[in-house]
Amino acid sequence: MASRKLDLRYFPGFRPLTFLCLFLLYAPLIIVMVYSFNDSISITKWGGLSLRWYHEVFFGPEAPKFQTAAFNSLTIALIAATLATAIATSAATAMIRAGNFKGRSFGFVLINLPIMVPEIVTAVATLIFFSAIGFTTGYLTIVIAHTVFCIPFAYLPIAARMQSIDNTYEQAALDLYATKFAAFKLVLLPLMAPGIFSGFLLAFIISLDDFIITNFVKGAGIETLPTAIFGSVKRGIQPNIMAISTLLLVVSVVFVTLSYLVGRTGEKSK
Amino acid sequence: MVSDQHVNDVAIDIRSVSKLFGDFVALDNVSVGILDNEFFTLLGPSGCGKTTLLRTIAGFEDVSSGEIVLYGENIAGLPPNQRPVNTVFQQYALFPHMNVTQNVKFGLLRQGVDEATATRRVNEVLDLVQLTPFATRLPSQMSGGQQQRVALARALAPNPKVLLLDEPLSALDLKLRQAVRLELQQLQSDTGITFVFVTHDQEEALTMSDRIAVINNGQLQQVGSAEEIYEAPKNKFVANFIGETNLIDVNVTSVSDGKASCSLPGGMAFSCSAADGAITGDGHLSIRPERVTLVSPAKGILRGTVTRQIYLGTDMHVDVQLEDKGLVKVRVQNSSSMRIPPVGDEVGLNLEADAARLLVD
Ligand SMILES: Nc1ncnc2c1ncn2[C@@H]1O[C@H](COP(=O)(O)OP(=O)(O)OP(=O)(O)O)[C@@H](O)[C@H]1O
Ligand SMILES: [Mg+2]
Repeated sequence: MASRKLDLRYFPGFRPLTFLCLFLLYAPLIIVMVYSFNDSISITKWGGLSLRWYHEVFFGPEAPKFQTAAFNSLTIALIAATLATAIATSAATAMIRAGNFKGRSFGFVLINLPIMVPEIVTAVATLIFFSAIGFTTGYLTIVIAHTVFCIPFAYLPIAARMQSIDNTYEQAALDLYATKFAAFKLVLLPLMAPGIFSGFLLAFIISLDDFIITNFVKGAGIETLPTAIFGSVKRGIQPNIMAISTLLLVVSVVFVTLSYLVGRTGEKSK
Repeated sequence: MVSDQHVNDVAIDIRSVSKLFGDFVALDNVSVGILDNEFFTLLGPSGCGKTTLLRTIAGFEDVSSGEIVLYGENIAGLPPNQRPVNTVFQQYALFPHMNVTQNVKFGLLRQGVDEATATRRVNEVLDLVQLTPFATRLPSQMSGGQQQRVALARALAPNPKVLLLDEPLSALDLKLRQAVRLELQQLQSDTGITFVFVTHDQEEALTMSDRIAVINNGQLQQVGSAEEIYEAPKNKFVANFIGETNLIDVNVTSVSDGKASCSLPGGMAFSCSAADGAITGDGHLSIRPERVTLVSPAKGILRGTVTRQIYLGTDMHVDVQLEDKGLVKVRVQNSSSMRIPPVGDEVGLNLEADAARLLVD
């Protein structure tokens, strides 16, 4: 309480500024969510509460298109997140448990750089790469591209978790006649499980939500949910887009929250 | 019990072991033989290299040079999982996701022991450390003392030839620590396993060990029984580190056959035992405060003034400032028959000749 004067709440104008930022961030989202329950066809006038746009998403004329897109999105996210998590776990083990080998800090930069590279650059580069090696774009190219850019997102919680696990556990396992592999499998991996799960969820949602890279590498004839939404919006904003966006938003929020909670409970029970 | 003829076999022979971390010398040419069925303690101040020595025996640290011979076999190049040696870690390092039984069984299963035999052995060991009622608890559901016993059980279960213990009592409170000391000693003599125990607590070392190795700055200072180390310290470091001592500046006139003659401050001649390697010239005499007696000024071989008294219950601590130079600490038992001179009084001091010792600097 002695530092009352340093408390940010007491800076003049700080509170209104905070509310302005929060408003700009969340108002559009809230409007989309609210209007997805609008009974009117207008996207600006309120016509009463209804679930008709949700019904439209699942059973309307565009339903088959969105269902295929959703199926693609989910399977791609599942495969890409699984691969990215496996790669990130191996990378974290090497980076954190293999001592201070040559090129370690370079490896660290290499793993985390994709987060900083503008996504459009990655997208263009990936497309050029695929066409240079003569790869036909489609489902497979999306999976490969997603796996690659999901790695750093999976890596962060996994590495954070591993760093918090004292290596005396593995030493104890080795001391008790475990091979290095057994020590990893029976001791380190179970202790890392929350971090790995958290990393998987994060990678999953990053893949599910991705638009830019997907749009570049998907080729013709295949859509994921974000590209399908974009396709529809280009032909004018329909209220059913608000419904589908709301659904996607809910899934994202659930996954990110889960990822955070799993990571945290793991920390506590350590 | 181990048969008598084996009692003096060397369990671990550490031969000229050095360990460098970059330029830093953590272990400097350490040679010591740890005997079979012995409670052996590594004692020294923080940072002296105790843990490092233990870790080289366990295999977590390579030696920079030297050999570690376990019952005749040089194990210095083997990985930890191939050494028949188990460790009780300072922070226990119990596997948090396994219950007590699974923790204790871990080493047995990794050794390839079959499930039924392993279960039997686990029950045996849990019984030994009185943890049977806790068999299905997770480590996080147990007190510090109980966790410590799980760590002990886990390390004992595979029946190692040598058990390494790195300050296993330091996380326990004083009362518990004293109880566990006795339990550990009992356990060692019951199992006949060689214990190598690390501590920086001299009282712990003195009360528990068959033999103690005193280490400082990565160098072995002295190896011996508690009594030898306390009564016949080899050098200034050991004398100062173990218990309280007086170091009196003397001029040594002759040294022969472990005996020395010297002149005390004030000029009186005195003869006492000498540590190996003591030489003539300026030297230091070590004598414990309880081996100095207060007498009248005329009768003492040293003379001085009382400058301080500290009441310690059964004992009284008295500081005497010598006339020439130096301070001598005296410990006197509090008894009604004896009058302790008050601060400011002139007193004489006598040194018990067989308790005084000329040190190597
Ligand atoms: N991996 C390492 N790299 C560099 N220096 C080290 C390493 N391990 C230990 N040291 C150094 O070696 C010296 C001895 O360390 P050690 O852990 O053996 O001390 P200790 O006697 O066990 O002390 P304590 O009683 O505090 O546990 C210390 O000065 C320490 O800084
Ligand atoms: Mg230590």
